[in-house]
Order: sequence, then structure tokens, then C-alpha cells
Amino acid sequence: MTRRQLWQRFIAHIDPPLMLGLALLLMVSLLVLYSADNAGWGKPLSQLFNITVALVCMWLVANLPLHYLMRTAVPIYMLGMALLIGVALFGEISHGARRWLNLGIGTIQPSELMKIGVPLMMAWYFEKHEATLTLKNYFVAALLLLVPVALIARQPDLGTAILISASGFYVLFLAGLSWKVIGGLFVSALASAPVLWSMLHDYQRHRILMLFDPSQDALGKGYHTIQATIAVGSGGILGKGYLQGTQTHLDFLPERTTDFIFAVYSEEFGLVGNLILLAMYFFVIGRGFIITANASTYFTRLMAGSITLTFATYAFVNMGMVSGILPVVGVPLPLVSYGGTSMLTLLLGFGMLMSIETHKKLVKT
Amino acid sequence: MKQHVELRNHLREIFYFRLRLAISIGFVLLLLAILLARFVYLQTVRHDYYQTLAESNRISVVPIVPNRGLILDRNGVVLAQNYSGYTLEITPSKVHDMETTINDLSALVAITPKDRKRFRKLLAERHDFESLVIRSRLDDEEVARFAAQQFRFPGVEIKARLFRDYPFGEKTAHLIGYVGRINETDVQQLEENDLAANYRGSDYIGKVGLEQSYENELHGVTGIEQVEVDSAGRAVRMLSRTPPSSGNTLVLSIDAKLQEIAEQSFGNYRGALVAIDPNNGEVLAFVSKPGYDPSLFIDGIDSESWDELNNSPDHPLNNRALRGQYPSGSTIKPFMALAGLYYGTRSPGRTISDPGYFTLPGSSHRYRDWKAGGHGSVDMFKSIVISCDTYYYGLAVDMGIDNIHGFLSRFNFGKKTGIDLEGETSGLLPSQEWKMRRYKQKWYTGDTVSVGIGQGYSLVTPMQLAYATATLANNGIAYRPHLVREVRRSSDGQSRLIVSKPETDLKLNPAHLDLVKRAMAAVTQPGGTAAQAAAGAPYHIAGKTGTAQVVGMKQGEKYDASKLDERHRDHAWFIAFAPAEQPKIALVVLAENGGHGGGTAAPIARKVMDYYLLGKEPEPLPDNAGEEGEND
Repeated sequence: MTRRQLWQRFIAHIDPPLMLGLALLLMVSLLVLYSADNAGWGKPLSQLFNITVALVCMWLVANLPLHYLMRTAVPIYMLGMALLIGVALFGEISHGARRWLNLGIGTIQPSELMKIGVPLMMAWYFEKHEATLTLKNYFVAALLLLVPVALIARQPDLGTAILISASGFYVLFLAGLSWKVIGGLFVSALASAPVLWSMLHDYQRHRILMLFDPSQDALGKGYHTIQATIAVGSGGILGKGYLQGTQTHLDFLPERTTDFIFAVYSEEFGLVGNLILLAMYFFVIGRGFIITANASTYFTRLMAGSITLTFATYAFVNMGMVSGILPVVGVPLPLVSYGGTSMLTLLLGFGMLMSIETHKKLVKT
Repeated sequence: MKQHVELRNHLREIFYFRLRLAISIGFVLLLLAILLARFVYLQTVRHDYYQTLAESNRISVVPIVPNRGLILDRNGVVLAQNYSGYTLEITPSKVHDMETTINDLSALVAITPKDRKRFRKLLAERHDFESLVIRSRLDDEEVARFAAQQFRFPGVEIKARLFRDYPFGEKTAHLIGYVGRINETDVQQLEENDLAANYRGSDYIGKVGLEQSYENELHGVTGIEQVEVDSAGRAVRMLSRTPPSSGNTLVLSIDAKLQEIAEQSFGNYRGALVAIDPNNGEVLAFVSKPGYDPSLFIDGIDSESWDELNNSPDHPLNNRALRGQYPSGSTIKPFMALAGLYYGTRSPGRTISDPGYFTLPGSSHRYRDWKAGGHGSVDMFKSIVISCDTYYYGLAVDMGIDNIHGFLSRFNFGKKTGIDLEGETSGLLPSQEWKMRRYKQKWYTGDTVSVGIGQGYSLVTPMQLAYATATLANNGIAYRPHLVREVRRSSDGQSRLIVSKPETDLKLNPAHLDLVKRAMAAVTQPGGTAAQAAAGAPYHIAGKTGTAQVVGMKQGEKYDASKLDERHRDHAWFIAFAPAEQPKIALVVLAENGGHGGGTAAPIARKVMDYYLLGKEPEPLPDNAGEEGEND
């Protein structure tokens, strides 16, 4: 094999447009992290490591033929469930929540695994019953979704529970769940809101209430929202300039490398920067939809659609939260926020999208 | 029948799938549009608002408290100064268990029960987020011990502060006053006077005395530092700085040594002394005994000390010189004599025959003279020298209350002198209108009788009497008394002299003045009521003794000091100026329950004058000084 052929083979399962979108967002991440770290190299370098590891994993998944992907669904789901139950029983408590499991070599957060595991399992289930779909199948699929979500919500990790619910719901929706049921679900969700409200932890209720009036608790729960909104608003049309954000550099922004990194970006790059970022996200999402539309099997269609929509949901929830239209629920800005686990989960998802896209071509030819 | 379910229509399925996908894309676009709308709103419509918030986040205006001005005596002796020291302070809101914290702290730093009480009082009065002093003036060792253990005490810290210090302590307490922590009332007042901004960061404000009345001079102008801060309030860098300017230095007309001698000369007597330079109104000594330790008030007084001061029968917090109101007793007689001459009611040579009492026509009530059996034939000169009561009963009645009021008010009786201290009281110079207003009663001739010897309704403050005496000494030319002689600007060292212009010239007849002054000079000569106190003085003292009744006596009852409770004994007065021919000092001494002016008050005055005129310091005084002198 020549060097060229080797390269061809290496990039065979990389989807160039998707890769371009991802690369742009990952560069934004490094750029903003440098600023959020007060012009320090610590976070960006560490993130670069995260990205490298996640890209390798993405490449591996992208090279994985579809039938292997399908085969992983049940084991991943089962492993995830086992870990979730393990967390519920033996998990470590940190910040008042039981989310982490110490495996001796390090702590892991099994709910992250389920971000992929749940839609994968549901898509697998629908594929299996593709020929004879009845309402009962939707009900079973819903159960596959709700059991892990309930476990995660109990940890409590409201943000992840909501996002996994969303990704599962997208599978149900794309699998053709009837409009009547969707309507019914919507109504019953509204009806059960008071019950859910009573099940929330005090701090979660606070966060939701704070959305309506963050100034009520300016130094407490509302502080994050207020400071982030000030950062975004003071950015103006053109922003304060790279490394010039006062909210960021004078330490007013909490969690500015993780959940609130968008405030850093928005303060320094302004409305114009936000437009560019939204465009990047839409470019990735749009490519995801094209891959979905062209996907060849029921499983891959559901999987690709769910991954794409979940990604869009992540971005919306995070930016909505930082700009003060959604409660603070602890969702990172996809591909930009600092963090190894979420980076890995996301890029694994994109690896699957690439696999779906590239292996379909190979099947055709 | 064949089942159709197996024949799946893939195209149809894909169509439905893509329809749902299209709906999803619409959903995503909707979300993006919501975000975009939000960004546009925040970053254009509300940009200015958030820009302001970000700026106020970023920039903190830090006040720089100016150094308070010094207070010096006329010779440059320091009466009030600042020194820097360390305080241990607790911010209650950051402390979990106050009791435990204080107990743990006391293992490192001495905390007395008084400190605890004072702190508890502060705790009850102040906001939780304020840093409150539990111990002040820590020594270096204590600072080091605490610093090593600081991590154990969140919310507790050591601060370097400037403290106010009064080297003369209670000797100048009523004069200098003290500073105290700014309270709610002060804040309100500062806001009303539009001064609140200049007090940002300031902890202290003058509460009484000169510290209060010259607050505007002493405080100085607060500087401003604009600092970029992070969210923890830590300064990151300085953006601009306007330096503070220290308060101005007050140079008083008070002579600290004279003040000290006067204070000591009182021995155990309570009372007041005011000495004035009659030629310009400068107050040379200003004593109110007993005093109190002003440093008790600086960081908030503990309730025990407060109760002790407040409930003391000696009333140490009462500024007797400025606010004490007493019957003037016979010290009013020289002024009455001048009035009699002024209105022509009496001529100098006209004599009366004193049987030892006075009666009003048609009345059997006897107004007694202090000397049973009377002084015999008395003219005006003699009436002052021997302090004949009968003479002044008659004079007062003949002159009438309207004339008495008219003349004495020219000497400022019944009015504030306008000295540069807050809280002066005006005494009481009775008149017909006053009695009608106050008691809804007409004035009786009997009321006039006792006014003639400074009893009855009339009340004076030592300050007033000193002012009147100085005016008399200066031949009727009055100067507004003042304590501050010079205000030295801190910025350039420029001095602004405070000079009283002659306020009024009473235009007294020199012949009248001469008579009264000669008579007063004779008071201190053999045969006069203050002869003993003035014996051997190498200069002439003009004076007048006085006795102010504390308890009234029934008709025919005899005053016997030894039978009376100490606190019911008469107050002793002495007014004087010297040298009689060319007065340089005029003063008033009031010794509460001192009995007779010649015996207790005059010797105090003598010591003050000896020092002021001769530089002679008095012998140390034995305890319980004040032997019975000649009668009044």
C-alpha cells in the first residue's frame, strides 16, 4: 500500500462535511477555554487531550460496520443499567448527588454512557420489531427509556435525565409514534407536572423558580444566571474582544470553563460571534439531518435522527440556560465546554453518524 | 385471504419518516430562532443596561478615609491625636457559633468580660455583615498568635486602624469630647446635610465637645480609589486615585497646663471652672469636674461602664461648665450695683442701715441677710466688699424686675454665650413675661427681692458668668468666647486665626465701672470676703464670692453646714479677674456643695491665676481640701 492509499483508508469512514463542522467547534472550544482560563494553557491543553482521545474513539466507531454497531446495543444498555443500579446502591456522593461510581481505576458517571445506550437500545428494539410494529412495541420502547431515566433523575441529575428523555422521545417520534399518543403524552405531562414538582429536590425547585426572578437570590442560586446574563448582554453586537471580557477575567462568571463557557464566548465575541456559533451548530445539525434522511435502515435512521436532535437539544438547552431563558440544569455546551466524558459521548455519537453515512455508501457500491 | 401486512411499502415509510424529519428540522430552527431572538434582545436592546452592570461589577470605588485632624493647646501640646493599632474584629454573619468562637479566641488573645459585654451590645445594635470590634489595641505578640491560628476562625480578622487618643483623658473630657462609631442617627444627619458621601468608609464621628462642634474641620476629605475588582472583591489593579486630605488641626486657646492645674485644684470637689482672656474672648481653661475617660466611648462603651457613669451621683457626664444651671448667688451683686448706678436707683454714696434683714412695706416676711444682726451702715462700695444682702434686696425692689432684666440681659444673662461647643444651656434671667408664660402668674415684688441676691428664679451657667465677668473686666466690651484659636489647614499648613470681633460695647459709664471694680478689688483685701484666698498675691485680684442655696430654708431656720448632708450644702462661687488694673484673665469657679465661695472656690481661682500670671505651680493638694473660709 502506498502512503496515499494508507491515508485513503484512514479517512475512508470520516464524513468530510461533518468533520469540518466538528473541527470548527472544537477549535472554538480551545480558543474560548484559553480565555476562560485567564490566558492559561492548563485547560486548553487538557481539553486538547480529551479531544484527541475522543476523536480516536470516534474514528474507531466510524470504522465499525453497522451490524457491529447493532450488536453493541444490548450489551451497552445492560452494562449501563447495571452501573446505574450500582450507583444507586454504592455510588459516591458529591455535591449532594449520587452520580459517580468508583471503579478503582477512576470514577465514572454511568448516566453519560446511557446518553448513547438508551437511544441505541430503543433503535435496536424498533429494528427488531420493524415488521410488526404495534402500540405495544412503543410501550415497551418507552419502558426501555423510562427505567434508566427514573434512576438518573433519582441521583439526582435532572439535566441528564431530561436530555436522555429527549433523545428517547426523538426515537419514538421518528419511529412513527402516532400523533394521538404524542398529544396524549403532552397532556399527561402537563397534568403530572405538579406531581413531578413535588418530587423535585429543593435546590432543583429553586433553580426553576430562579428562572423567573434570579434577582431574588442574587448571591445564591440566582447568581449564576445573573452574572451570565450580564456577560452576554454586556457583550453587545461586536463583543468586548478576545481575552477582554471583564465578567470572565475578573472571576464573576462561575463555572466558566464548563456549563457557562458560552457566557465567556458571548461576552468577548458579541452578537456577531453568537450568529457564527449558531451557524456552526446548524451546519453540524444540518449535516446530521442529511445523513439521517439518507440512512438506509430503520435502525440507522432512528439512531442518526436521535443523535442529531439530541445534539441540537444540548446546544439549545445550554445556550438557553446561559442567556437566562431556561433554568440552570447543568448541561454543557456540546463540543465546547471543558470535559472529557461529554466530549467522548458526543464524538462517539458523531462516530456512529459517520459510520452510518460511510458504510451505507460501501453497501451501495 | 392474503395478509397485506407483509407487503411493506418502503417508499411510503421513508416518506413518513422524512416528513417527521422535516418537522424535526422545523423544531430545531424554531429553537435556534428563539435563541437568536434572545441574543438580539440582550445584546442590542438591553446592551446598555448590562454594560452598566458589568462596569459596576468591575469597578469598585474604595473610599480612603482621611486622618482626623489633631487638637493642640495654645502652646502646641497635643490634646487629641491618632495612633495606629490592631483590632480583632468579627463579622457575625460569617460566624457559625459566636459563643464558641469567642471562647476559642480568648485562648489566644486576652478578652475581658468588659470586652465581651461591649461586643454583645454592638452585636445587638449593628448589622450582621458589619465587622465588629471585640478587642482593640492588640500587642504584637497577640497579633502573631492569632495570625498563626487564623485559619481556625473564619469571619474573624485583625485590622489595622487609626485610633483616637486623648493624652489628658478625663481632664479634658468635657472640653475635647470624644469620637464614637457612627450610628443610625449620625447617618441620618449626615444624609440630611449631604455629607454622607464624605463619610464613606469612615467609622468614627465626633460625638460631643470640640470633636463634635468642629467635626467638619477635623474629619477631612475622603479620598477615592477606583479599583478593578474580581468577584470576591479583591482588588486586581488600580484605575485612578484621588488622595484624601487630612482633617485640619485645631489649635485651642486653652492652656493645657492651666487646665491641668485648675482641674487638680478642685481636689475632690465637683464643679466647674471657666477662665477667659477678657481682651479677646479666648477661653484659657475649661473644666467640668468630675470628668470621665473618653476612651471608653471610642469603640462603644460596655453597659457596665455606661451604667456606672450614668447612675453616678456625681454625674460625670454632665458638662457643668456649659450646661450646669445654678443660682448665681452673690456673684450677681457687682452687676446689680452697675445696674443701680445705670438707672440712677442708687448713688455710690447713699447708705442704708442694715438690721440684718429686709422687709417689704406692709409685710412681716423677713428676707435675711447672711449676717445675723446686720452690717450696720452700708454704701455701695461696702455692699460689694462685705456682700450685704439687705442692700441688694432694697436695690432690686427699687429698680424693679423690668430694669433688672433689661440691664442684666446686656451682660448676656439668660442667653447662650455662643461659645464654640454644642449643647450650651441658656440659664434663666426671669422677667414678668417669662413668669406669665411659664407659670401663668403675674410677677410679685417678693419675686424681685431674691433676684437681687441671685436667688429665686434666676439661674446661670458657669460659662455665662465667666462671660459676664470678662465683659465687666474689659470695661463692658464683650467678646464671644471661643475655644479654638486657629485652624491649621492640613493641605498647605496655612493657618486661619479665629478672632472674635468685639461683639458689643455695653457703653458703661467709666465712673460706675471704676467703683464696682475697686470694690471687687477690695473683696480680696483684708476685710473682704475673699481676703484669705488672695493673701500674699503679688498682683491685685478683683473678685466676688457667692453662695448658691441648694435646699431652701424655712423662715427663721439657721444654715448649719455641718448638720446638712454633704450634697445639700450650698454651692460655692467665685468670680474674679486679675490683675485688677489691667485684667489678663477673668474666671469663674463653681464648687458644688463647697459651702462658701471665699473658702473653697476662691483658692482654686488663686492657683489658676498664680500660674497664668506668674507661672507658679501650686503645691500638691492634700485630699479633701477646702477648709471653711470666711462667711459670705
